[in-house]
Amino acid sequence: MSAANINLKLKIWRQEGPNVVGNFTDYDVEVSPDSSFLEMLDELNNSLEKEGKDPVAFESDCREGICGTCGLVINGQPHGPVPKIATCQLHMRNFNNGDTIWIEPFRAKAFPIIKDLMVDRAAFDDVMYAGGFVSVNTGGVPDANEIPIQKDVAAEAFDAAACIGCGACVAACKNASAMLFVSAKVSQFSLLPQGQPEKYERVQQMVKVMDEKGFGSCTNTYACEAECPKGISVKNISRMNRDYLVSKAVSKTV
Amino acid sequence: MAVLNSKVPDGHISEKWTNHKFSIKLINPANKRKYDIIVVGTGLAGSSAAASLAELGYNVKAFTFHDSARRAHSIAAQGGINAAKNYQNDGDSVYRLFYDTVKGGDFRSREANVHRLAEVSNNIIDQCVAQGVPFAREYGGLLDNRSFGGAQVSRTFYARGQTGQQLLLGAYSALNRQVGKGKVKMYTRKEMVELVVVNGKACGIITRDLATGEVEKHSAHAVILATGGYGNVYFLSTNAMNCNVTAAWRAHRKGAFFSNPCYTQIHPTCLPVHGEGQSKLTLMSESLRNDGRVWVSKKKADMRAPGDIPEDERDYYLERKYPSFGNLSPRDISSRSAKEAVDDGRGVKGGEAVYLDFRDAINRLGQPAIEEKYGNLFEMYETITGENPYKVPMMIYPAPHYTMGGLWVDYNLMSNLPGLFVLGEANFSDHGANRLGASALMQGLADGYFVIPYTIGDYLASEKPELIPTDHEQFVKEESEINDLVKRLLATNGEHTVDEFHKKLGRIMWNKVGMARNEAGLKEAIEEIKEMRDSFWDEVKVVGGAEGVNQTLERAGRVVDYLELGELMARDALERNESCGGHFREEYQTNEGEALRDDQNYTHVSAWEFNDVGDWTHHKEDLNFEYVKLATRSYK
Repeated sequence: MSAANINLKLKIWRQEGPNVVGNFTDYDVEVSPDSSFLEMLDELNNSLEKEGKDPVAFESDCREGICGTCGLVINGQPHGPVPKIATCQLHMRNFNNGDTIWIEPFRAKAFPIIKDLMVDRAAFDDVMYAGGFVSVNTGGVPDANEIPIQKDVAAEAFDAAACIGCGACVAACKNASAMLFVSAKVSQFSLLPQGQPEKYERVQQMVKVMDEKGFGSCTNTYACEAECPKGISVKNISRMNRDYLVSKAVSKTV
Repeated sequence: MAVLNSKVPDGHISEKWTNHKFSIKLINPANKRKYDIIVVGTGLAGSSAAASLAELGYNVKAFTFHDSARRAHSIAAQGGINAAKNYQNDGDSVYRLFYDTVKGGDFRSREANVHRLAEVSNNIIDQCVAQGVPFAREYGGLLDNRSFGGAQVSRTFYARGQTGQQLLLGAYSALNRQVGKGKVKMYTRKEMVELVVVNGKACGIITRDLATGEVEKHSAHAVILATGGYGNVYFLSTNAMNCNVTAAWRAHRKGAFFSNPCYTQIHPTCLPVHGEGQSKLTLMSESLRNDGRVWVSKKKADMRAPGDIPEDERDYYLERKYPSFGNLSPRDISSRSAKEAVDDGRGVKGGEAVYLDFRDAINRLGQPAIEEKYGNLFEMYETITGENPYKVPMMIYPAPHYTMGGLWVDYNLMSNLPGLFVLGEANFSDHGANRLGASALMQGLADGYFVIPYTIGDYLASEKPELIPTDHEQFVKEESEINDLVKRLLATNGEHTVDEFHKKLGRIMWNKVGMARNEAGLKEAIEEIKEMRDSFWDEVKVVGGAEGVNQTLERAGRVVDYLELGELMARDALERNESCGGHFREEYQTNEGEALRDDQNYTHVSAWEFNDVGDWTHHKEDLNFEYVKLATRSYK
């Protein structure tokens, strides 16, 4: 740790509000390689504020890669150049002195820009409201060990449940499709015994809202899986497609 | 003092909750829809409460300042959740979980509350599994457990290293279902900035929209705060960037008593500070101490690489000092021991860090077994530090993590302000002076799923269904005061940024109201904070306007509250002339450097009533230990 500071040129997307034209603005920064990417932006903002200038709006919260709040497109890649991490886990030791870094928001029709690097991902919640649950009320459930689940099935469900809802899959996709996100949730429940009673209704409801919210279609480029900070597999998309097709055959609705 | 009535029910400890549920008032199912309830915060406590109350038929308005309910900081909890299932056949029971938690809290919690927590712990696991939470399982398909600090049984349920995320997604899914049904109205990006009190009862809140800047009024028959802790008063903590005390503090200013603010938990296993630009500290789950061994060199300022320090020159100080609990000693004890080693000059290369070493566990169990248990934690460590913990020991140091203090509540989780309920980390109730690992998730979900759905009825049953309208003069007054506060912050135009103030306050708090406190330091801290508070209003610079996104303004409002809370924490620490749990007063220790409680004079909860800025009245609630005998907490 504690190597010499590096100097960087940042080209950051600035946009004052939802319906105004934005542009890239240049900033020169000097930063410790032990700093995180977002700490670099914190320092930039602190110096902008001291000069009385408007700081760069960006979102983050846990800064441990689990809450899914942060998300920047860095040099064209959602969450930056290092695979399987969120933006907040990216550290400056991955850049070299003299580098130019382009920083943009996650761009998608379904994720309108609020300001600068902040986008509105409420469409994800809307999909979840439609079916991202098992319909059990509090209380009156069986003892936890009365539902044995094969270890590898539990592990596969877990792999799908690990999605942090950041939206990188949508930002990475040339069609701005949300299939990886939606299929991860559908798969978690589709694999587990608890999810079986509502399996087909759930997939129909969630896909319906997904389509309404303006997300694009999936054309199997797998860019979503490549950029996902949690390594969510595109196998979930196949599973969701299969569930969806079967649901049309077996279910009364749609 | 008669002001504080804990309303702990009569009867044997194991029957209190059952009796209470029978004796409290109910609202019939058809009438529940006549009542509106505001829930602020959507972490484990808030989401589970909002969902469960909506299932019962109440109309719920749920508020979060995040863009989505799923972002709340409960999500970052790694290690696990305790329950007294005794699935491991190792002698666990509700009574043992109760006993361990009271003892772990250093005998400063309310027995009846803790017993109830232990009682409902098993229901929580059942509920989460039914929701589809993917807990770790054995090959036979049943649930797996591991052990955690302060316990000699394996009672912790876990979901890889992301138990908090999976439990929160479970509660969020229950919430989603009610949002979909229209029983919960979800308000995102809305920060509660004021509590509205009419005729002595909480009846609404004022919020500020963090995307538009709009100030709004919301009324209800009851207000539930589930807004987390105040660890970010230290600036550097393991809390998320946006965690803050504002909702709880503004309720305190409106009359809700704040209890035991000096009980702060400094977590022993966090990553050390890398430099001035550090924005927050990262926790490494305590579960790592199941297999990792904590050590420092026996020599001072030993500059050798860890691999070059031979076995006989290493001091496995936790194993040496606390042979029966060893590396799994409770958090307060482990943190303080790390500080002692560092103060003695024996930290890593003379600095502020100690080693957490997996060499022996890897040799014993093989790397794949360690990967399966802790894989994501090891990856996280490598991402942040650039070092591979399979090859070199981790470096760790304590950091502020959790706050046991919070708003005072009675057995029904209602504050002294009628109609204001407080759940989860935001209240003071269950952890005493120190929280055991894997108990925060348990408490958040216990409060939300299994306590508040019963106890809120006891209050609402005597309330008329008529709602106080938001054009009531009190709402209008509070709204205009918030607008004035915003204007004042924007108009100051000084020279120092909000973060500069926050960092400066954080340093005072860490140095003087941190892991070890003394009378002189606390008195200095109080004076320094007062001075900072005065200079803040002359020197702070908040750029931008009141409309649209203004993240600087958001932070400024929170720092205003920290500058008042910080002083109260120091006052509370100064008033408590003893050492207990997370509160260690250097004047009160044994010859071996262990915490020295004063049960004669301090077996009480402190509850502070706000009179004016920097002016409080001190109230006490006496604690009675009928079942767990007061004893010196020993983990030797």
